[in-house]
Amino acid sequence: MKRRDFLKSAGALAASTALTAPAVFSPAKAQSRAETLLIVSEGGPNNIDIHGVGTNVPGYEVAWNCYSRLISQEMKKLPNGVEYYDKDKFKPELAEDMKLADMSATFKLRKDAKFHDGTPITAKDVKWSLDRAVTVGGFPTFQMRAGSLEKPEQFVVVDDHTVRVDFLRKDKLTIPDLAVVVPVVMHSELVKKHATEKDPWGLDYTKQNIAGGGPYNVAKWTPGTEVIFERNENYKLGPLPKTKRIVWRIVPSAGNRRALLERGDADISYELPNKDFVELKQSGKLSIVSTPFSNGIQYLGMNVTKPPFDNIKVRQAVAYAVPYQKIVDAVLYGLAGKVYGAPANKQTEVAWPQAHKYNTDIAKAKKLMEEAGYKDGFETTLSFDLNFAGVNEPSCVLIQESLAQIGIKTTINKVPGANWRTELNKKVMPLYVNVFSGWLDYPEYFFRWCYHGSNSIFNTMSYQSKEMDKFIDGARDAAAIGDKATYDKDVKGMVDLAFADIPRIPLFQPYSNVAMQKNVSGYQYWFHRRLDYRTLAKG
Amino acid sequence: MFLRMGKRVGITLFSIAAVIVITFALTRILPGDTAEYFAGPAATKEAIQEVRVKLGLDKPKYQQFIRYVQDLSRGDFGQSLTTGQPVIRDLTARLPASAELTLAGLIVSILIAIPLGVLAAVKEGSFIDHISRVVATAGVSLPVFFTGLLLSYFFYFKLGWAPSPLGRLDIIYSAPPQVTGFYLIDSLIAGDLEVFWAALKQLILPAATLAIFSLAPITRMTRASMLAVLSSDFVRTARASGLSTRKVILTYAFRNALLPVITTLGMVFSFLLGANVLVEKVFAWPGIGSYAVEALIASDFAPVQGFVLVMAVMYVLLNLMIDLLYGVIDPRVRMAA
Repeated sequence: MKRRDFLKSAGALAASTALTAPAVFSPAKAQSRAETLLIVSEGGPNNIDIHGVGTNVPGYEVAWNCYSRLISQEMKKLPNGVEYYDKDKFKPELAEDMKLADMSATFKLRKDAKFHDGTPITAKDVKWSLDRAVTVGGFPTFQMRAGSLEKPEQFVVVDDHTVRVDFLRKDKLTIPDLAVVVPVVMHSELVKKHATEKDPWGLDYTKQNIAGGGPYNVAKWTPGTEVIFERNENYKLGPLPKTKRIVWRIVPSAGNRRALLERGDADISYELPNKDFVELKQSGKLSIVSTPFSNGIQYLGMNVTKPPFDNIKVRQAVAYAVPYQKIVDAVLYGLAGKVYGAPANKQTEVAWPQAHKYNTDIAKAKKLMEEAGYKDGFETTLSFDLNFAGVNEPSCVLIQESLAQIGIKTTINKVPGANWRTELNKKVMPLYVNVFSGWLDYPEYFFRWCYHGSNSIFNTMSYQSKEMDKFIDGARDAAAIGDKATYDKDVKGMVDLAFADIPRIPLFQPYSNVAMQKNVSGYQYWFHRRLDYRTLAKG
Repeated sequence: MFLRMGKRVGITLFSIAAVIVITFALTRILPGDTAEYFAGPAATKEAIQEVRVKLGLDKPKYQQFIRYVQDLSRGDFGQSLTTGQPVIRDLTARLPASAELTLAGLIVSILIAIPLGVLAAVKEGSFIDHISRVVATAGVSLPVFFTGLLLSYFFYFKLGWAPSPLGRLDIIYSAPPQVTGFYLIDSLIAGDLEVFWAALKQLILPAATLAIFSLAPITRMTRASMLAVLSSDFVRTARASGLSTRKVILTYAFRNALLPVITTLGMVFSFLLGANVLVEKVFAWPGIGSYAVEALIASDFAPVQGFVLVMAVMYVLLNLMIDLLYGVIDPRVRMAA
């Protein structure tokens, strides 16, 4: 090559690079941005199998959107226009038909249903998956048990497209429990291929791979960074999902999540501080949806096994000293449901949560302390979970201030998130703030966890009452046989007793807050409080 | 020389062994029960026990330690419970992100700090000297997460010049095929200028944040060491011999002033790896710093141990490199050995 030719070709090369360099927005990429929905949140999944060991809450969102279940819940519209799941109405998903008999339910499967790889979904997959849920142990097994689904023998393959679920006992929660996140249907052959002797259910494989037939599939998952979902183009169990591609990026800084939303770069975010949500709502640039947690309550709990909180008068005094309204205004910026200060003549409803009749009344609280024999007050510690410090810390400071007025000196004890469950399980904290919400929205379900003498982890107060147990068991049995009169009487009974004995003081009903761009539609509130991608659409 | 190197390697191995023992002990002393954390919110006592047995946490501590060391010798750092991946895979996937960011920050910092320090020393007491003092003090006294948020507030939120703080690439791009793990280099290898430009844009703010933080020590050290050298005899001789100012400063003075600066650079680099943790949080950067913090919050031992170990090894290698660099820069060090 001559020197001149070389210079020429080098020049041409330089010119061609110069031409390609400025083309930063290629049309194909702009197109893909329009068909992509960007979700930003604080944390991401650690496991994309709901049956896995220690799957976290973001992992539930992946499992919800990438797997199907036999049945699901219908939607209804709330007065404010928000789509909200209907706990009493079920619609077929994988099953096209459900026949309820006295002690069993028979499901006919859709014949056109397929897994992501195209294999038809058959009855043996359903049985294998349900067997897995009741056998692997840990959270999934526990959740299944809540609906009296306990043994593999309960799931019977009738033919290729028919499955029967036998009931162990009559339980109103059995059918609702088949529509929660846990009873997913997996590709049994695919998972079995990756199972080993040590890991017979293939948990190691499904931890990072989807083996289902849900509306979306995970295209790429970079733990701690992002999850990319692609729509299942052959989805037959309902309308084709509206958005082609969902990108879920993990943005730990709340300030940046807000900036991303305000600049229009991110489409949806939740887990923003309440203050940000209120300000975003006022600015009017975004649509903000706040929905009360179904069957959820933030409460102030007291350990009733030890003095001073074994004394009912002390507990009532505390209930009269809590600054309920201040907490709702100053900590939650009004984004919370009121569960206190019901009028004295209000009839107890057959519902949960509902407001109790305590109000902030320091004079009354002081009098109760005197009657209890604690005229000079006492000292104790008030604990909270640092993982939710944004709400917990200011609430505790307000409570501390109020309790000081009736002579209760509290030291605030901040427990690291990793340690919180250990502390709860020990059941020794005298006074603490905590939250509980149940997937199944029934009063007796909530009470079984939180007040029953079987002393589950959520009966954090170690509350024991024969009378309470009778109401809770009675309500369950009455619900199973459809005895409405007894059911209503028992539910009212447990609510009244819980408020009279007041081992835990309901503070407020938390809200689930979601912020999204104005052009995003199709948000639905589900019992699991995570996003359902099927209906989300942009533009 | 070789004897000295041998001794150094011996000390290095000893410190790594010590790090292994200490991190193991520390992570076990921390409050929090891994099993309870991972059994989930609705777990019974039996469920927690099941998880504990699965994770091998029911065994005595010394047995856990022996198992840990055996696994390490096979290159197995254990499983992360928060990401669900083998720790070694997480670390190798995330280390390039941290390294790219830290190096970019350090290079920017060096490019500004060293000329600034030299100028400040040459024109001592002048306007430029005061500027360098103010810049350095301001940079070091602002916490990194604050500078990061401030930069992202102005340049992204207010002005819209910088791209969204969403990690290493905007969502419409996919990562270049991995060769070095550095997106800037990999995208060039793949010949994809679009991705190169996108990656560079994402890098500017976080790298600037780190650079601002590290300006101070480098500028101050360059200035001090230049001042000492400039007042020494050989510089006076050089000047008296009529050499140009440029030649005196760059060839004779600067080279002699470089030794303490290199030492500082080593220290600054380790600083930056630490400061990274916060910058990574702010810019959603998928590096090893944010990884370790998340694991720590979840009482997830294996990644924390892996992180500390990798960091220790990196420090050790870095110090070794700096020692070797001394020899290159200053023949006296070579001779002394």
